[in-house]
Amino acid sequence: MKPHDIVEQNQAIQPQMVTVEIEGKRFQVPAGITLMKALWYTGQDVIRGAGCLGGFCGACATYYRTKDDPKVKTCLACSKAVEDGMSFSFMPAFPARKATYDLTQLTDPKQDLFELYPEAPLCRNCNACTEACPQSINVREGVWKAVFGDFKAVSEMFMDCVMCSMCNPVCIADISPNLVAVYASRAQGVHYTDKPEGLESRIQEIADGKFTHDWDRVLKLSDEDLQNTSASTS
Amino acid sequence: MDLLAEKNLVHQTREARRAQTMPKLSPAERDALIKKYHPDHRTHAYRPIKFGPNAGEKTVAEVATLLEGDSPIPSNFTLHPEYHVDVLVVGGGGAGCAAALHAHAEGANVLLATKLRLGDSNSVMAQGGMQIAVAPDDSPVQHFLDTLKGGHMKNDHQLLKVMVEEGPSIGKWLLELGVLFDRNEDGNLHVKKGGGSSKARLVTCSDYTGLEIMRVLKDEVLNQQIPLLEFAAVVELLSDGKGACTGAVLKDLDNNRLIVVAAKTVILATGGIGRLHIQGFPTSNHFGATGDALVLAYRMGVPLVQIDTFQYHPSGGIFPEQLVGALVTEGIRSEGGHLVNAKGERFVNELDTRDVVSSSIIRECEEGRGVRTASGRVGVWLDTPLLDVEHGPGTLDKHFPAMVRQYERYQVDIRKDPVLIYPTLHYQNGGVKIDTNGETPAPNLFVAGEASGGLHGRNRLMGNSLLDLMVYGKRAGVNAAQRAKSQSQGPLTLSHVQAFRDEAKKHHGASGVVSPMVLPAYTRQV
Repeated sequence: MKPHDIVEQNQAIQPQMVTVEIEGKRFQVPAGITLMKALWYTGQDVIRGAGCLGGFCGACATYYRTKDDPKVKTCLACSKAVEDGMSFSFMPAFPARKATYDLTQLTDPKQDLFELYPEAPLCRNCNACTEACPQSINVREGVWKAVFGDFKAVSEMFMDCVMCSMCNPVCIADISPNLVAVYASRAQGVHYTDKPEGLESRIQEIADGKFTHDWDRVLKLSDEDLQNTSASTS
Repeated sequence: MDLLAEKNLVHQTREARRAQTMPKLSPAERDALIKKYHPDHRTHAYRPIKFGPNAGEKTVAEVATLLEGDSPIPSNFTLHPEYHVDVLVVGGGGAGCAAALHAHAEGANVLLATKLRLGDSNSVMAQGGMQIAVAPDDSPVQHFLDTLKGGHMKNDHQLLKVMVEEGPSIGKWLLELGVLFDRNEDGNLHVKKGGGSSKARLVTCSDYTGLEIMRVLKDEVLNQQIPLLEFAAVVELLSDGKGACTGAVLKDLDNNRLIVVAAKTVILATGGIGRLHIQGFPTSNHFGATGDALVLAYRMGVPLVQIDTFQYHPSGGIFPEQLVGALVTEGIRSEGGHLVNAKGERFVNELDTRDVVSSSIIRECEEGRGVRTASGRVGVWLDTPLLDVEHGPGTLDKHFPAMVRQYERYQVDIRKDPVLIYPTLHYQNGGVKIDTNGETPAPNLFVAGEASGGLHGRNRLMGNSLLDLMVYGKRAGVNAAQRAKSQSQGPLTLSHVQAFRDEAKKHHGASGVVSPMVLPAYTRQV
C-alpha cells in the first residue's frame, strides 16, 4: 500500500464506492471511511461495538480480511479504513474469567499469580495472541514475563493495551493475557514501586495548614487583583 | 501554492522558528481575540431557553432543544422497582467508577449503570495528564490561580479550592490502586507543563494517562464485585414529589425494556455533550456523550451553570479524513510543538489556554492563512517532527506512542511530517450546579465529572478534567453513601415530569424531541 500523503487526492470525498462484506453480507460503501462508519452507512444501528471512537476503549474489536488474502487480521473498527474486497465482523463479547483479588492483601503477588491465573504458565508458545493484538504488543512475551515475575516489563509492554480482549479467544491454553497483564501491572504499582516522597510531603503540608495563610490572602482578593497575583513561594 | 510546497515550508522554516519566542497575550488581547473568533461568541448559534430553571438564559440551540424536550416516560407509567439500592451511579467513565468505588468502600449497596460498557468514555482517551500541584516550587494556591485565569475568573472558588487541595491525596489513592504514573529518577512523580499553567503540574502515564487510570479503576470495580448494568441508559429520574431524588428509570438497550431503580441517592456521571455536534463541529468525544445528565437534572428543577460555554480543543485532526475530529494530544504543544500557518509562520504562544489557541487557529483560517486539504477542510500545521529535533530522536516514540500509532494506522509518520489540525468540540465547560459535596440543589441527587459545572469557569485547563473526575467522583460517592445511611427510601413518583410537562404547555409545548438523546443518530436511513 502506498503512503497516505497529504497531497494525495482524498479518497473519502470522491463519489467512489467500494464493495465490502459485513458479517457475511455484501454492501457498497464510500471508499476510505472507517469500518464503524461503514456500518452506519449501511443502515445498521451499532450499540454493542461503539465506544470511545478514538482507538482507546477496545469496544470495536474487529476481525477483517482483505481481498484474496486468507489471513484474518484484527483491528479497531473506529480506526481502520475500508478497502475494496474487505470482509469484516465485530468480535462478540468473550466470556473470559477475570480473577478477583485485593492487591493490598497479597503478600507475594508474583507467586499469587499462579493461584489467581493458574492457566498463565501453560502457554504453549503458539504466538497467536501476539498476532491477534491490534496494538502490536508482544503479548506472548508479556505472558512469559508475567510468569517469570518481571512485572515491570509487563507493565511497560502493556501500557498500550486497550483491553479489546482479542488475545483471549485465540489462546489454546485459555489464558486471558490482557487480564494477566492488568494484574501484573497493578501489582507492580502497588508492591514494587517506591512511594513518591514529594507527593507524601505535599499531602502533609496541606494537612498541616502550610497554605492556609496564602489561601486567606488570595480568597479575599478582587478578580482584578487575582489576575495579577501569584502564590507565595515561602 | 500546492500542499506539498506548503508542507515543505514547515520543514524549511523549522530552524528559524526554533529561535523565536512567541509573546503571551495580555488579558485584554486575549479577550478581544476570543470575542472575535471563539465559537462561544457566535451569537447566531445561541437562543434563550424557553422554560425551566434557566428560562431566558441563552445556550446553543442543540442543548436548548434537548432541555425543552419531552420525557420518554408516560406520566401514568407504573413504577415497580426491580432494584433497591443505597446509591445508583449512572455512568461508567472516570467519575462514575471513582464514585462507585468510594460509595462501595463506605459500605453502601451500589449499582453502577452505564449505557455502553464499563469504561467506554472520554476518560479513557485523556492523553495529556492530570494536574496535581506536587512539584516543590508549586502549590495548590498557584494551581487555583492558574485555573482561575484560564477560566476567565468565572470559576466557582469553593469547588475549585476543594479540587486543587485534594489533588495530591487523590493521586495517592490512584497510586495505591496500582496506577503507574511516570516518575523522575529520584522516584518522584514526573510533571509536565500544560497550556495555561505557570508550573509543571501534569502527572502522566506517557500519553495513555486516561487509559491507564481507567484500566485500573475498571479492574477494581470488577474486583469489588460492584453490581453492574451495562448497556443500560438512564432515561428519567424519580422524585419523592417534594423535590428530592429517589431513583431512576433505566432503559436496557439490548431489549428496550424499562428498569425502575429505587435508590436513596443517585449520582449522575454521564459526561458531556460532544456528540450533539454543536455548531456542526466534529468532536473528540466518545459515542455516548449526549448530555443526558443536563436534561434529567433540568427536568428535576436543577439549574445549570455556564451552559453557554464549551471547549473547542485546538488540535482536532483534519487529515486523513478518518481522523477528523479525533484529538491530537496537547502534550505535543506542551513539549514544544509549534503551530504553523500556511505561510510557515507561528501565530500564537502554543502554551496559551485552549480557548486562546483555538481562537487564533480559527483566525488564521478565516483570514486566509489556513491550509486547505483535498477534501476542502482548512486547518493549520502542528509541527510534530520538531519534538525529535528539539529533544533528540525517539522522543515521539517514547512520549507519544499513542499518537504515533494513531497516525501510523493511516500511513502517516508524525516523526517525519507535521499534521494538520483544526479545533474540535471537546468539553462542556459548564453543567449541572453542584456544591462541594457533589450534591445538586435537588436533595439526594449528586452529579460528578464533566456533567457538573462551575469549577472550570469559561475554559477548562488541560489536565484539570481527570482531576475533577477523581476528586468529585470521590466526594459524590462518599457523601451519597453517607446520606443513604441516614435515611430511608423515599416514595417513587414522576410528579416532576408532570410539572415539567405542564410548564412546557404554557410555552407552546416541548421542543418536539424526546430527551435524553442517549445515543447519536448516525445510522443512515436506507
